Amino acid sequence: MEYRTKAVVMDSEAIERAVTRISHEILEANKGASQIALVGIVTRGARLAERLADRIRTIEGAEVPLGLLDISFYRDDVGVRLSPEVHRTDIPFEVEGRDIVLIDDVLFTGRTIRAAMDAIMDYGRPRSIQLAVLVDRGHRELPIRADYVGKNVPTSGKERVRVLLGDDDGRDAVEILETAGEVE
Amino acid sequence: MLSNRHIMTMDDLSTEDISLILDTAESFKEVNERRIKKLPTLRGRTVINLFLEPSTRTRTSFEIAAKRLSADAINMTGSASATVKGESLRDTAKTLSAMACDLIVVRHKYAGAPQVLAECMDAHVINGGDGKHQHPTQALLDLFTMRAHTGRLEGLKVGIVGDISHSRVAGSLVPALVKVGASPVVIGPPTLMPARPDVLGAEVSHTLDDVLPELDVVYLLRVQMERSEGMPFPSVREYASLYGMNATRLERMKPDAIVMHPGPMNRGVEISSAVADSERTVVLDQVNAGVAVRMAAMYLLLGGADSGAAA
Repeated sequence: MEYRTKAVVMDSEAIERAVTRISHEILEANKGASQIALVGIVTRGARLAERLADRIRTIEGAEVPLGLLDISFYRDDVGVRLSPEVHRTDIPFEVEGRDIVLIDDVLFTGRTIRAAMDAIMDYGRPRSIQLAVLVDRGHRELPIRADYVGKNVPTSGKERVRVLLGDDDGRDAVEILETAGEVE
Repeated sequence: MLSNRHIMTMDDLSTEDISLILDTAESFKEVNERRIKKLPTLRGRTVINLFLEPSTRTRTSFEIAAKRLSADAINMTGSASATVKGESLRDTAKTLSAMACDLIVVRHKYAGAPQVLAECMDAHVINGGDGKHQHPTQALLDLFTMRAHTGRLEGLKVGIVGDISHSRVAGSLVPALVKVGASPVVIGPPTLMPARPDVLGAEVSHTLDDVLPELDVVYLLRVQMERSEGMPFPSVREYASLYGMNATRLERMKPDAIVMHPGPMNRGVEISSAVADSERTVVLDQVNAGVAVRMAAMYLLLGGADSGAAA
C-alpha cells in the first residue's frame, strides 16, 4: 500500500524540546538519576534513549546506564508473522532493584510494551518500570499508559505515524501518513 | 522467513537462509548467557526428538533449544519406541502426526529417513543426522563458530580431514561452505574419499602436511572406530601420524587458524590430547553454538505464517 504524508506533527526543534522536557520529568519523578536505567526498544526507541541519556548527562551531570531491547522473541504474534529482522538485545547492567525507564518512539496498541515488560522481567526484578514515548497515537488494545509523552497525536486507525530520528533517517520529524488514492 | 518448511539437507537452505539463521542465532546466544535462559516464543508448540540412533550431544542440544523457547519437547529413542516392535517409519510418522506435533527432529541410520517423515506428516522436519548422508544443523553451528572466531566466512579456507566418504558431517559441511563462499579442502587417504570427490565442489588432497599452512580452519572428522567392516587404513597409529592433529602440526598452522571437531573426539587418533585441550581448539564453542543455532532453526521454521494450522 502506498502512503503519503498528511501532516508533519513534530519537527526537529519540537522533538528536541520534548526530549529536554521528558529528561527533566524523568529526573523529577525519580528524584535524580542515581537509581534509573534507560532501556530503548530497537530501533528508534533505542536512538531516542541515547538522546535522553545525553540530555540527562547535560542536565544532571550523571551517567545513566543505557540498554537496548529487541522484543521479537516476546511478541504475541509469533506464528502469525515473524519479525523481519532480529536485532541484538544488550542490557549491560543489573536490572534487579532499579527504576527502568522503557523508551519507544510510538505508543499504539500497547502490545510492544507488554512484550518489552516481559523481556525486562527475564533479566531480573526491577523496582519499577516506567514508560517514555515520543508520540502517543491512541488505539490501545491493552491496559497500558505512558508516564512521559512527547506529544499526544490523535490518529485514525488507517493512518500511520512515521518517526524519523538521526543520521540513518536523514532528519528528525514525526509525520502522519495516510493511504494514497482510493481507500477500499 | 526460510525458503523451505523443512531442513533436511543443505539443499533446503539458500545462502540468504543460512545468513538469516546465523544472525538470528547471535540473538539466541545472548539469551543463553542470561541467568534466566528462557523465552516464551514457542509456547504451546510440540517438538518431538525422534532419535533412532544413539546420540547424546545432538539430542540434548535440540532438547535444550526447544525448552529454552518454551516449546514442549518430547524425546523418543530407538529402544523406547514402537520401532523395536516392528513399526515402520511411515506408521511412526503418521502416529506422531495424529498427535499434532509441530516439529520433528529425526536421527536415523538410513539416508532419506527425514524425507519419508516429511512426506507423511504435516509437521516441519529437521534432520538430526541421517546415515552417511547429511547433518545440516551441525554444518550451521560449524559456520557460526567459524564466523565468530575468524570474523568472516567468504574466502575462508577450511580443511576437512578424515573419512569424507562415510561422514554426514562432511556431507553437509562441504555444500554449506560452498554456499557461503568459503573454500573447502577435503583431506584424507584415498580409501576414505568418495568415488568422485570432484563433484563436491571442494579441493582434494591426500597429504595434510602439504595444505596445512594455508588453512584457516582445520576440521577433524571422527575416526569411526566402531565400524563393522574394519578399518580402511593399516593402523590407527599410521592414521594418527599422517592425518592426526598433534602439537607439531599445530605449530605449522597459520597463527590465527583454529581446530574444530564435531565430537565425540578420539584422543590420540584424529586429535592428540595436547591439541584437544589447546586454546586453538574451539570444540566447546561449537557445542555452545549448537544450542543457539538450533533455537534459530526452530524459531524460523515454527514462527512463520505458513506453519501449523495455516499449512
